[in-house]
Formats: sequence, C-alpha cells, structure tokens
Amino acid sequence: MKNSTSNMELNRKGRTGLNVHRTISYIMLVLLCFLCLFFFYILIINATRTNNEIQKGISLLPGSHFMANLKSVLNNSTIPILSGLKNSLIISVCAAVLSTYFSALTAYGIYAYNFKYKNLAYALILLIMMMPTQVSAMGFLRLISSMGMKDTLWPLFLPNIAAPIVFFFIKQYMEANLRLEIVEAARIDGSKEFHTFNTIVLPILKPALAVQAIFTFVCSWNNYFLPALILDSNTNKTMPILIAELRSADYLKFNMAAIYMTIAIAIVPVIIVYFFLSKYIVGGVTTGSVKG
Amino acid sequence: MLKAVKAAPALRQHRTISYARWGYIFIAPFFAAFVLFSLIPLCSTIYYSFFEYYRSGLKVIGPNFVGIDNYKAVFGSDLLKYLWNTVLIWIMGFIPQLAISMLLAAWFTDLRLRLHGKGFFKVVIYMPNLIMASALAMLFFALFADNGPINSTLISMGVISEPYQFFTSVASTRWLIAMMNFLMWVGNTMILIMAGIMGIDSGLFEAARIDGCKSGQMFRRITLPLIRPILIYVLITSMIGGLQMFDVPKVLTNNTGSPNRSTTTILMYLNNHLFSKNYGMAGAVSVILFLLCAVLCIGVFLVLTRPNDGLTRQERRLLKKAEKGECKL
Repeated sequence: MKNSTSNMELNRKGRTGLNVHRTISYIMLVLLCFLCLFFFYILIINATRTNNEIQKGISLLPGSHFMANLKSVLNNSTIPILSGLKNSLIISVCAAVLSTYFSALTAYGIYAYNFKYKNLAYALILLIMMMPTQVSAMGFLRLISSMGMKDTLWPLFLPNIAAPIVFFFIKQYMEANLRLEIVEAARIDGSKEFHTFNTIVLPILKPALAVQAIFTFVCSWNNYFLPALILDSNTNKTMPILIAELRSADYLKFNMAAIYMTIAIAIVPVIIVYFFLSKYIVGGVTTGSVKG
Repeated sequence: MLKAVKAAPALRQHRTISYARWGYIFIAPFFAAFVLFSLIPLCSTIYYSFFEYYRSGLKVIGPNFVGIDNYKAVFGSDLLKYLWNTVLIWIMGFIPQLAISMLLAAWFTDLRLRLHGKGFFKVVIYMPNLIMASALAMLFFALFADNGPINSTLISMGVISEPYQFFTSVASTRWLIAMMNFLMWVGNTMILIMAGIMGIDSGLFEAARIDGCKSGQMFRRITLPLIRPILIYVLITSMIGGLQMFDVPKVLTNNTGSPNRSTTTILMYLNNHLFSKNYGMAGAVSVILFLLCAVLCIGVFLVLTRPNDGLTRQERRLLKKAEKGECKL
C-alpha cells in the first residue's frame, strides 16, 4: 500500500517534470520560429507601404501601396528586374536539369557496371565533393574568357554537368531503391543500355531527381560569387547581382519601399514554392548524408 | 555492390558480352566537365600563382615568373587578419547553431516528450536556408540601418533615446553576420542530427531505460557516441561553408568590410583581386584556400567511407585483437 502511493507520487513528479520540460521546449521553438518568420513578415509588410510610413517604424498590418510599389520597381530602368528574373530563371532551370540528368547517368554508370577504375572514380568524386568552386575561380575566369563565353549565361550552368554532391545523393538513393534484376530483364528483352537508363531507371529515380533538382535550382538562384565576376552587361545580370547593386547604389536616393519590394521579388517566389514542396525538401536534406 | 563486384568474374566466363565500356561511357560526361571546368582551371590557378600577372590601366603586366613572391606579398598583407575574421564570425554563428540544433533534435526525437506540430516547426526553421543570402543581407541592412524600423521601434518603446548605429561597431556588425549564418543553417543542421538520432536502434534506448538510465545519461552515453559521425560531418562541412562566407558580409558592408575591414572575409579578399584582374595574387589566395579546403575534404571523405559501427578506432583495434584471440574484451 505504502509502496504504491510512493510510486504514484513518483509518477506525478515525473509527469510535472515532463510538463515543465515540454513547456520549455515549446517556448524555445516558438521563439526560434518567431525569429525565422519575423524578418520576412516585416519585409512583406514594408513592401506594401509608402516610404513615409516605413520611416515611422514597424507596423504589423499591411499598407495599401503594393501595386504602386510593384509598378515603381518594374519601371525603374537602373535596376532591370524583369531581365534579372529571366536570367536567373534560365540559369537555374538549366543547372537543375543538367546536374540531375548527368549525375544520375554517372551514378548509374558506377552502380550498374563493373569496370577497372570504378572504385577509383567513385573515391575521386567523394574526395572532390565538398571542394568549393571558388578556389578555381581565377582559372575558370581565364578559361571562359578564352572560350569567348565571358558575359554570357553558359558558364553558369554548363559546369553543373559535374555536380558531385547531386551525384552522391542520387547514388545513395539508387543503392536503396534500384534492383539490378530489372536492368537484366530489360537487357534480355533487347533494350539498349541508354534506352534502359532513360525509360526504366530514370522513372524509378524520380523522387530523388525532383529533390535534387529543387536544391540545385535554389543554389543557382541564390548564387552570387561567380555570376558577379562573369556577367558585366546590365541585361545579363541575375537577381543577386541586382540586389547587391541596390546596396552599392547611392542608398539614400532610393525609395525604401522600392528596396523592400525588390528584395521581396527575389525571395518570395522561393518561399512560396518551398511551402508547397516542404515535405519533399525537408525529407530530401538527409537522403544522402552519413548514417549515425 | 560488394556482391556485384565478386560476381563479375563468374559472369564473364558464361557470356562474352562485357558491359564495362558502358560504365566508361556513362561516367564520361561528368569527368569531361570536371576536367574542363574544374581541374584545368585549378591547375592554371596554381600555375599563375607563381607569376607576376596583373592589369595596370589597360596594360597587362606579365606573366613573369616570380617564384613565391605572390605568397610573400599575400602573407605580408592582411590575409591572416581576413582569415581570422572569417574563422571568428564562423565560430560565433556555429556554436549556437550546433547547440540549439542538438537540443531541438533531442526534443523532437524524445518519445516521452511527444511534441506536437513537429512538421510545422521543422518547415519554418529550415526555411531561411533557401533564402538568397545577398537578399537577406540587404534586408538586414535596411532593417538595422540608423533610421531603419528596428531603431525607430526601439526608440518609440523607450529602450534607447537615439538610434544605435549597428554598422559602426565591430562587435554588432560581426554579430549580425553571425546571426544571419545561424538563422540560415540551424534548420539544416537540426534535420541532419535528427536523422542521425532516428537511425539509432530504439532497442538500445528501451534496454537502457529498463536498466534505470535517465534521459541525460542516455543522451550522453548512447546518442552522442552513435551520432558522432554526423557531428563530424556537420562540423567539417560547416567549416568549408564558413570559409566560403561571402554574400552576407559583402552586401551588408558594401564590400568595405567596415568598420575598419573587421568583417572582410578571405573570399571578399579573393574577390577584390579577381575583380581588379590581379591574377597572380588571386592565384596565391586561391591556392591557400584550396589547401585549407583540401584538408577538410579529406576529413569528409574519411567520415563518408569509414566503417559504420559507432566504435572508436581504439575499440575497433581491441575488437580485432579479441577476434584473433590475442586478448579478452
């Protein structure tokens, strides 16, 4: 009897302890979420207000100048935002397509075939996987100048044919999800190797390809270092370059509302797409990483 | 994969078709692009780092071979200061990032805690990772400017009487950059660590609980040793990412690294040389960066290819000895 009451007490103690623990974790999580959302909320609110309203301080309610701000940004000839969006889109889409297709091709080559230097090739890719492209930027700039590709969009997506990180993620996915018996069966049915890859292997890899395409797209969309060195003419510039120019231009001459609007145009499309695909993106972060 | 490698010779005896050449064909585009766009540029970067090669006005000087003069000049300038800036700002962001993401990962995976809305929290906390870094920096610059909304709100709340100049103090500028890095990477780290914790056999936790193990003990004795590979992976990849810190300080300080170049990172320094077409000096900085990254890349390689059993090297050696019968465990 005595024993059971003390047990109950212990249980209650444990439960209150758990409740306190739970409350602390919720407070912490809400704070962090607030930090993550607050700046973007202010950004979107300020993009809808007038310059004068913005100078007065933070408001939690949107203003009524969304369309006016949008028009003034689109009509501003010093910051060609439409061509910036177009260039960013071309580069990002091409980079996503090239990197996923050729990485899948490479991963399949190493996974499905046996050849002498297979393990060497695999080890080499792993070794260079995390090497930043910036270390060879100087040679890259000289190379593309001599190839006549300076100030064009080509050098910003062609190198994505060799994307070691995408390769690694797809290879991991392949090992877990692609059985070579299927390939054997296709071979017996007379399917050629490339045909097998395009019609049988690629559909099986679709989930991994989609996730990696999204990551490559976002990465190219946000890339600033190389495009800023390669693209000179105003009509070829991408969004990050235009944003940076906003900073270096005489800042006071600008309408603050227009600045917020420009930042919003660069950020918001990605956020909207992210919230629609968040399940796959968050799930995709871990598909190829080390296992604990 | 191992099975396939072993089965290969047997296969070859039975049929005459060898598919080996298809392997080469399939990996050819990758390696061609790699050689053309990465390897050749890297070699020429290293090569020209030993040359005097720059543009003065419209005239191109060099390339003249000067040995290691570029390296001497680079080390003679403020390279070490910029490296220190980069490392310091990285640490300022990374330590809270690791601590908080470990805490959150432990909470999310705690079966007794049963938190609600995990999916929502994960989605929101991961979001800043996808934001354009230069746009985020521009946003922070606008918000924290002398007459920006943060200052005017603080004044109207009576916290301060006149605008606090965030960008004239070394500490506040560095903390703002560190905070942006923190916001951008905390979700990513959390998800990686969570995946690591969820990969642990739940039987281990149950057995420990039956033995009377407390939550804290379990985290220290079971979770931490088993997610060590993930932690090392996160640490090294974050270091490589930290060395590439560029967009945020560049846009936030308008490439000046102000105040007094205390936020100039090593990549901003490289960018300045590339922009002024001083190829020799840019080459020398690139080679130094390359060497630093190469050491870290070897670290990543070792983490990814090591045996995956949660043991330390010493324990593994002991186990091997025990298997041979040389000693008892």
